[in-house]
Amino acid sequence: MGLFENPLPYDALSTIIFLPLSGALLILLFRGERAARVMALIFSLANLALSLPLLFLFDPSLSGFQFVELREWFPGLGLKYALGIDGISLPLVLLTVLLSPICVLCSWRAIEQRVRAFMFCLLLMETSMIGVFCSLDFVLFYIFWEGMLIPMYLLIAIWGGPRKDYASLKFFIYTLVGSVFLLVAIVALYLKQGTFFIPDLLFKSYDYRFQFWVFLAFAIAFAIKVPMFPFHTWLPAAHVEAPTAGSVFLASILLKMGSYGFLRFCFGLTPEAAQKLAPIIVILSIVAIIYAGFLCLGQQDMKRLIAYSSVAHMGFVTLGLFSFKLWGLKGAMLQMLNHGVTTGALFLCVGILYERTHSRLIADNSGLGKVMPWFVAFFGLFCFSSFGFPGTNNFVGELFVLLGAFETNKVMALFVIPGPILAAAYMLRLLKRTIWKDGETSPLEDLTLREVLYLLPLAVAVIWMGFAPRGILGLMESSLRLYLEAVKGAM
Amino acid sequence: MREFLPEAFTLGCFLLYLVLSMKKRSPRLGALAVGLSFLGFLLSLWDLGQRGEFFNGAYRVDGLSQVFKVIIALGLFLVFGMGKEREDAERGYGAEFYAFLTLSAFGLMVLVSACELLTLFLALELSSYSLYLVLPLRREMPSQALEGGVKYLLFGAMASGITLYGMGYLYALSGSTRLEALVLQGEALEGLALILVFCGLFFKLSLFPFHFWAPDVYQGASNPTAAFIAGVPKVGALAVLLRFVALTPETEVLIRILWVFSALSMTFGNLSALVQRDLKRLLAYSGIAHAGYLMLGIISFEDLGRVSATYYVIVYLFMTLGAFMAVLFLLDSRGNPSLDDLRGLYRRSPLLAFTLAVSAFSLVGIPPTGGFMGKLLLFTSAFKAGYLYLVIIGAVNTALSLFYYLNLVRLSYCREPEGVLGEIRLGPFQKALCLGLIAVIIYLGLFPTVLERLLGAALTT
Repeated sequence: MGLFENPLPYDALSTIIFLPLSGALLILLFRGERAARVMALIFSLANLALSLPLLFLFDPSLSGFQFVELREWFPGLGLKYALGIDGISLPLVLLTVLLSPICVLCSWRAIEQRVRAFMFCLLLMETSMIGVFCSLDFVLFYIFWEGMLIPMYLLIAIWGGPRKDYASLKFFIYTLVGSVFLLVAIVALYLKQGTFFIPDLLFKSYDYRFQFWVFLAFAIAFAIKVPMFPFHTWLPAAHVEAPTAGSVFLASILLKMGSYGFLRFCFGLTPEAAQKLAPIIVILSIVAIIYAGFLCLGQQDMKRLIAYSSVAHMGFVTLGLFSFKLWGLKGAMLQMLNHGVTTGALFLCVGILYERTHSRLIADNSGLGKVMPWFVAFFGLFCFSSFGFPGTNNFVGELFVLLGAFETNKVMALFVIPGPILAAAYMLRLLKRTIWKDGETSPLEDLTLREVLYLLPLAVAVIWMGFAPRGILGLMESSLRLYLEAVKGAM
Repeated sequence: MREFLPEAFTLGCFLLYLVLSMKKRSPRLGALAVGLSFLGFLLSLWDLGQRGEFFNGAYRVDGLSQVFKVIIALGLFLVFGMGKEREDAERGYGAEFYAFLTLSAFGLMVLVSACELLTLFLALELSSYSLYLVLPLRREMPSQALEGGVKYLLFGAMASGITLYGMGYLYALSGSTRLEALVLQGEALEGLALILVFCGLFFKLSLFPFHFWAPDVYQGASNPTAAFIAGVPKVGALAVLLRFVALTPETEVLIRILWVFSALSMTFGNLSALVQRDLKRLLAYSGIAHAGYLMLGIISFEDLGRVSATYYVIVYLFMTLGAFMAVLFLLDSRGNPSLDDLRGLYRRSPLLAFTLAVSAFSLVGIPPTGGFMGKLLLFTSAFKAGYLYLVIIGAVNTALSLFYYLNLVRLSYCREPEGVLGEIRLGPFQKALCLGLIAVIIYLGLFPTVLERLLGAALTT
């Protein structure tokens, strides 16, 4: 497969990966909480700026990896320091760098204790998340994949809610259990091909037995990360207890690593096994969509509701992927981004409310329509987007996924239909109860400028991707085709 | 004479401490010991390139021995450097403590160079005997210390007996006590004899089923002694195992037994560690599990496996000593810390908590720590040699061990102590040591090339 050199005069990908890390180390050197906040903001904004050249210089007509950096790292095992992005990883990298400054801003006031350590963890997260999407060496990938566990664990365990202990432990154990099998599969691939370099491993024809086991090991790791039913139980716990920034990172980026893995590795390495085992994944996805939808209807805790809705949304992603149709793949990619934007924004909204009322229960946050009109405007938009209202981003994504699903199997796809209806029901229920209320509402401060600043880009993204998804689709189309061909070719 | 420099220097240090122990008070003994052990480390590093054969081939100075001498000297220095108990050791058994640990290190240095069965046995005993002596030297909890000492002695004697028995067989089979002269054909009896010889080494490594002493000895020994026993003798034992493995063909019996020991050691160690409340007992069981991981490198009978095992044992030394930093400084007294004493460590000493966290993550094998790279190497070598199921057992164990290692981090970062506990004050030297351990553990996780090349050059046959 094609590898294209970095047209920029500096190592573009290394820069955006390690700039947050250097910011994190710098924060440790300086004392003072304000300095830590400002520094984290500066570094994450700088990273956002530095990733723009990637977007402009990216050539969407190429399906291979671009901006490739290739260096020797550990010749003893044939490890390479290899980075590169294609149309699948670029949007996810952009999502990450966009959300990082937002996460710093939303923690500005909410985090009062151990601010330096908090910002350190946030920036470390950014480094490892971007690293996961850019790595072209399996061990490098694994290091970033696992490296993010520690800061995320600390984010939940130190700054989390009352049941942080339980939630953080569950998160860590679930994820690590998945990852150790990933490691074994990676070693197996290395012994088969004699390299950890991902482009050399992709699109080779391995025998089916081998594919089956590798697929299984990968699928468990990714299914836990996504999370797919029945591996989803860590997610509500982790989301509810995590601080706002942690929830945003978790929902918007971490979950995407699972679906990214499915697309990149299960399609690229084990297409035949992916074909054969697809019915299982599809059924699990549909179960997740419906089951999580019903669970959402009964939730009293806003964060819990959004967490379960994430399970349903990610069900759409895996459904789209395993429909093996271009529509489905595009829809899945769009849904990954949409979910990142919309769910991230919803978690931010809940965080804003929590800062004011110190409760995440729907009952304690009702009647906001009168006292926080600006907030309600944003919140309403994101809720509508979440259930796929036409004109918002999720509409496009879900439509594409459904198109793909119907094209593959009409009967199966019929079962998905209640999903969006349920989504509308639980989101409107949430919206209704938070906006209206009988009697007076105690006055609450409406959005501050800082809060508007970080919600606005997401609101713009919701509408922009709802009306004009073509730009983003154009970025990923040729890469998606490549992976689709690989799977189809294995039929 | 330069070939013997590290051994000679260590022996000289032992004699010096012995003389000092006759004085009533010897001020600044701790600082002297740290300085001398550091010098010993530098000397062994300087001697890294020495090669030679002595005493009719009974004693060999080669790549393997020199690398392991550096590791042993480094371990000794770290154990001495960690010492908080230095000041009160000086009131009690100060000089003896330093003397016998140094003598044990000397024994281990001879052990890694020994190429003849009797020399090997003598060296093994020398390193064990000095530990038998140093174990009961503990003012607080004398009965426990004695219990630990007696257990170590009895188990050690037992293991030595079995080893000698196996050596007898080897001699009978080959007619020589020199290792190169053991012309082994890979017969079942030879495998059995080798396993018997290995028993003494497994005892040192605390590999299942020779692990029974470890929890009690760790618990009974004073904290720095436990740190020494946790790290340094295992290094020596591994070196001898590697030497044997390089000489012998793969015998079916040997492989099977190693396989079973490795799997059981990992599983048993990790499962038992899950329920421990005493920090040192927990680390003892963790050590048993890690002995099992090390066998992954031995069992492959290849150069990659040997390099991996050595890499892992080096990382293990650093990470286990990192965890022992916390054991040493957690309590104001010199008692045994329990897990609950970890509560609130983050507030009491952020640096110590971070050292413990990095060590714990490395012991699990989470990147970017050295434990990860070590495990990757071990898994790859064992997988390459065809032991897929053993690798899977290792992987499952990694997940299993996460719970109790993470518990260390959880307690020190997320739990508050019941009463108000004072800040833990680390001296500047201990602070530097903590930072050094953290840096080395992460360095070995991200940049394995230098060490791997070095080991590869020294160990490849």
